[in-house]
Amino acid sequence: MYTIKSYVFPETLEEAGELLQRDTRASAILGGCCWLKLGRRRIRWAIDLTRLGLDQIEVKDGCLELGACVTLHQLETHPAVTARFDGLLGKCVSHIVGVPFRNCATVGGSVFSRFGFSDLTCALLALDATVVLHRGGEVPLEQFMASPIAFNDILLKVRIKDDGRRAAYQSVRRSTTDFPTLAAAVSRLDGKWTVSVGARPARAVRCESAAACLNEGKGAAAAGQAAAGELTYGTDLRAGADYRKKLAAVLVRRAAEQCMEENKG
Amino acid sequence: MKVKITVNGMLYNKHIPNDMMLLEFLRKYGYVSVKRGCDTGNCGLCTVWVEGKPVLSCSYPAARADGKRVTTLEGVKEEAASFGRYMTAQGAEQCGYCSPGFIMAVLAMRRELTDPTEEEIAGYLAGNLCRCSGYAGQTRALRAWLQDRPWEKEGQA
Ligand SMILES: Cc1cc2nc3c(=O)[nH]c(=O)nc-3n(C[C@H](O)[C@H](O)[C@H](O)COP(=O)(O)OP(=O)(O)OC[C@H]3O[C@@H](n4cnc5c(N)ncnc54)[C@H](O)[C@@H]3O)c2cc1C
Ligand code: FES
Ligand code: FES
Repeated sequence: MYTIKSYVFPETLEEAGELLQRDTRASAILGGCCWLKLGRRRIRWAIDLTRLGLDQIEVKDGCLELGACVTLHQLETHPAVTARFDGLLGKCVSHIVGVPFRNCATVGGSVFSRFGFSDLTCALLALDATVVLHRGGEVPLEQFMASPIAFNDILLKVRIKDDGRRAAYQSVRRSTTDFPTLAAAVSRLDGKWTVSVGARPARAVRCESAAACLNEGKGAAAAGQAAAGELTYGTDLRAGADYRKKLAAVLVRRAAEQCMEENKG
Repeated sequence: MKVKITVNGMLYNKHIPNDMMLLEFLRKYGYVSVKRGCDTGNCGLCTVWVEGKPVLSCSYPAARADGKRVTTLEGVKEEAASFGRYMTAQGAEQCGYCSPGFIMAVLAMRRELTDPTEEEIAGYLAGNLCRCSGYAGQTRALRAWLQDRPWEKEGQA
């Protein structure tokens, strides 16, 4: 469990940024705290963003915008989210513990942490999302996911082009509420596909060769094989690398088939 | 730091440690229905409502509850007892340690979902673990309760 010396509700983003910059190692941005509290950080300034109006979901300037303090459960219930991308964002978080947990954990905490097991970042990668950082500005999620974690900025929101793309998500878990053993997401817009694979167990990445198979009409099974071949998979207590590789072939195929089915309707 | 937290309609104007979690705050002031299970966000035993929404009090900073309305099982006693009778009838309770958190999640689900499907029920309650019962009794109790809708006759919200 962490310890906190000063607990602050900044009234402006500038104030939050200044507090963080005062000492980035001693300060911590609080998301839902579900993960943070499991650690043993000695926090000098705990910066609570919940009074900055970052819990909003908006459709603005042609984008779906998810504020950092939006909870995972909001993704399952907000009509602007459930009505887009075949409900991908709500579906991808629906196996994360239960509703009381998902009413706490946030988009900001989940995306900023760039966990390998993250369901949400895997789905967002397939949607070509960007993240908006207080200091760093707007950055493609793919680039953000490839960068090392430094707790020296504040994630303000996630933006996704409201381009009407269709999408599907697949994951395998050893038990209902466990972390994913492997996850895959696909999206399709005007015949152009995007594929991502997460919980490898390393961070989610896009898979260009699988997308190319789908773009060239080689079919879902070929895309699955491409994802198994192109990406690297590792071993941890949930699964071995070989098993994950086999899962990747199956999950990418299933997600692509699902997206093709949904496109028919 | 100083907080004003309303628990089951009663205002608490208190100084708290900055790193106190809502679970500790509630138990300190006598709301012992709120149980500490895993303390890691896994089990759901500590479920309470903040502004009517179910949350895990073990992971919710007490400071964040400043100015908010918190409800524990003690605050919905009658409805909880009514559902509890369905649990007893089905032998759904063994040690009973998981029941307060489970009941708070069930009552929240009833308010949020109209006519939930089996899949929706399982998804909503998946984070409320019970190590004794294997969930069969709880599922039977829930089905009977949702079918009878006793809250309508008993005039609950
Ligand atoms: C028991 C358990 C089971 C889980 N299962 C899954 C699962 O199956 N799948 C899955 O995808 N995830 C899972 N997770 C992770 C969970 O979904 C969240 O991603 C995680 O709790 C972090 O979100 P949070 O809002 O709680 O962030 P916090 O715990 O508050 O923060 C996490 C980190 O991010 C930083 N941070 C928070 N918000 C911001 C911001 N706006 N800007 C900058 N930095 C920020 C914090 O300083 C901290 O370092 C699980 C977590 C737990 C505890
Ligand atoms: S004690 Fe809170 S989830 Fe287990
Ligand atoms: S009855 Fe014992 S944990 Fe549920």
